[in-house]
Amino acid sequence: MKQFLAFVRKEFYHVLRDRRTLLILFGMPIAQILIFGFALTNEVKDSEILVVDYARDDASQALLTRIGASRYFDIRQAALSHKEILGTFQKGKIKAVVVFPANFNADLLHTNKAQVQIVTDASDVNTANMITNYLSSIILDYQNQLNENLQMPYRITPEVRMLYNPQLKGAHGFVPGVMALVLLLVSVMMTAISIVREKETGTMEILLVSPFKPVLVIFAKAFPYLALSLVNVTAILLLSVFVLDLPVKGSVGLLFAESTLFIITCLALGIFISIKTDSQQIAMLISLMGMLLPTMMFSGFLFPIENVPVPLQIISNIVPSKWFYIIVKSIMIKGLGLSALWKETLILLGMTVFLLLVSLKSFKIRLQ
Amino acid sequence: MRTLRFLLRKEFRQIFRDKSIVAMIFFMPMVQLILMPLAADYEVRNINLSVVDRDKSPYSQKLISKIVASGYFRLTGYNASFREAFGLIESDEADLILEIPSDFERNLIREDHEKLFVAVNAINGTKASLGGSYLGSIIGDFNADIRMQLVTPPRFSQFPMIDVVASNWFNPVLNYKVFIVPGILAILVTMVGGFLSALNIVKEKEIGTIEQINVTPIKKHIFILGKLIPFWVLANIVFTIGLLVARFVYGIVPVGSLLTLYAFISVYLLAVLGFGLLVSTFCDTQQQAMFIMFFFMMLFILLGGLFTSIDSMPEWAKAITRINPVRYMIEVMRMVILKGSSFKDVLPHVGIVSLMAAILNSWAILNYKKTN
Repeated sequence: MKQFLAFVRKEFYHVLRDRRTLLILFGMPIAQILIFGFALTNEVKDSEILVVDYARDDASQALLTRIGASRYFDIRQAALSHKEILGTFQKGKIKAVVVFPANFNADLLHTNKAQVQIVTDASDVNTANMITNYLSSIILDYQNQLNENLQMPYRITPEVRMLYNPQLKGAHGFVPGVMALVLLLVSVMMTAISIVREKETGTMEILLVSPFKPVLVIFAKAFPYLALSLVNVTAILLLSVFVLDLPVKGSVGLLFAESTLFIITCLALGIFISIKTDSQQIAMLISLMGMLLPTMMFSGFLFPIENVPVPLQIISNIVPSKWFYIIVKSIMIKGLGLSALWKETLILLGMTVFLLLVSLKSFKIRLQ
Repeated sequence: MRTLRFLLRKEFRQIFRDKSIVAMIFFMPMVQLILMPLAADYEVRNINLSVVDRDKSPYSQKLISKIVASGYFRLTGYNASFREAFGLIESDEADLILEIPSDFERNLIREDHEKLFVAVNAINGTKASLGGSYLGSIIGDFNADIRMQLVTPPRFSQFPMIDVVASNWFNPVLNYKVFIVPGILAILVTMVGGFLSALNIVKEKEIGTIEQINVTPIKKHIFILGKLIPFWVLANIVFTIGLLVARFVYGIVPVGSLLTLYAFISVYLLAVLGFGLLVSTFCDTQQQAMFIMFFFMMLFILLGGLFTSIDSMPEWAKAITRINPVRYMIEVMRMVILKGSSFKDVLPHVGIVSLMAAILNSWAILNYKKTN
């Protein structure tokens, strides 16, 4: 035991001495939370749109004022022909063009029917969709205002309630995601790389010939990362509570217990990778491509998982982060307890035990 | 010049000696380019709906079948009480609850108006707002149907109607993959180039071979050039393979000229590789270099406009995107590949990226010291 502690202390010195990496480790979650919380929205704001107004009458002016007043659009007036629209799109700034045909107002007043054309740059699908929706609803509002004195009979009004997230903030989905990502990074990558590094520089040899048990060498190496990860979890939770106003609804203790479980899963993965590889670059590439990307793709925090093709959905079940993401989301936002999460917890536990066993089995004391 | 030739020979040999690295460089990006777009699909469909029907009238039946027939919703629950339906939301089996109050039909006919209750799981904001608005418009349609039945409509429209005609250029069927594939390719090329160049010099430092180079009369800029060129060639090959994958797997054929694309890529790679080399001159261990690179890559990608539009970012984030090379790469890829923008259209991008390349590489050369 005393030996083990001495070893752990050595590893701690190793980690704490490397100031740059430490800075990144703690800077990463902070930067991510800030960017996700304040910079990324799925809304479309301030899109530059061109208006081609052949009508120049009261109705087109009234609509233009409304479009200009909304925070979604920056209007650029232009007197160009249909042919020039293509060139404008190719310059890449303008997202949509609104065309009012001549006699817009007259058509509206005399035949009760008028047309507005919207041309979108649909190379950016979502933006094009949203712009069309926003513009349509502004136009519809205007039309309803013209019809205000006419009350429709037999009205059905849906009353919509937004559960868990009344203001539709983006933060709710990604805080658990950031947690999964950061833990994965610290635990899998750092562990794998630091163990492989000992192999690469030849110091592993020295450790293995010492009277100390080789398995304990590995555990001692993983230990500081467990501590670091827990500090990171705390930092992320504090940020999300005090900066993003996203409180933890469920039990904080349970959240920490589950996080610890997930960290151990990741450490086991890191150890497994380090046993299988001999160079830091390979260890890094495997962790990056094999862990990080699946996490981003399959945990459901960046992309809606139900849209992923079925074969990939089945594969996504072996990605530990997917289960951890569900657990964190349920505890933090829905306030559920262990009784609702025992299945996910058992799956994570099973994965951890399996990885540890496989690592122990394939661990060789002889290097070459 | 001769020195450079020898250096290049050494670098290429070193790269190709390690078979697993070479496999990673070419194989990994391709796998990702094939898989990622499958996952990166933001279209909202298959919204799971649970219905609490307290009315059980012909009207409520009609409404439910209309919702299911729309194709956006899957009926996953038909519950007796709201509490029961809420359980489905908790276990993620339902995204929306529609509650039809008792006597819905009777009240609608007698009192001329009636309410419906919708509850949305709003953790995923996009899905919630789109799902809510789909449901709203289906209810609106249903409402119009009922009105038609009960009131005989006049022959001509009595109300002024504005008809909105929308046309989507460059991607008429609104295929999301067309939008995402060029962006992902941009990121993969950036990652391959950035990580390899960042780790390379550090590796020489770590295993001690840098000393042997430092005692030779090789000039600093020649040394950096010798490091830069091999990765520049590799990244170009990765990019080319990526274009082929985009073409044969996703059927995306560049509308603009390939020459414009490669002209931009050539300059852009110099900037990315320069950044990688700069990072590696600052670090002592591969672990450090990797993490610092990773941190910046993450910032570049998140603030590069891959998934969310740059226009909607707040001013401080927009300012950061101006010094983000990845942003320019993603923009150029989309402009040239999807819209057929010409070299003149992307000239500002080329200019900015060239400037970045010049600054980053000079800085890397200055910062690389032969003595400790």
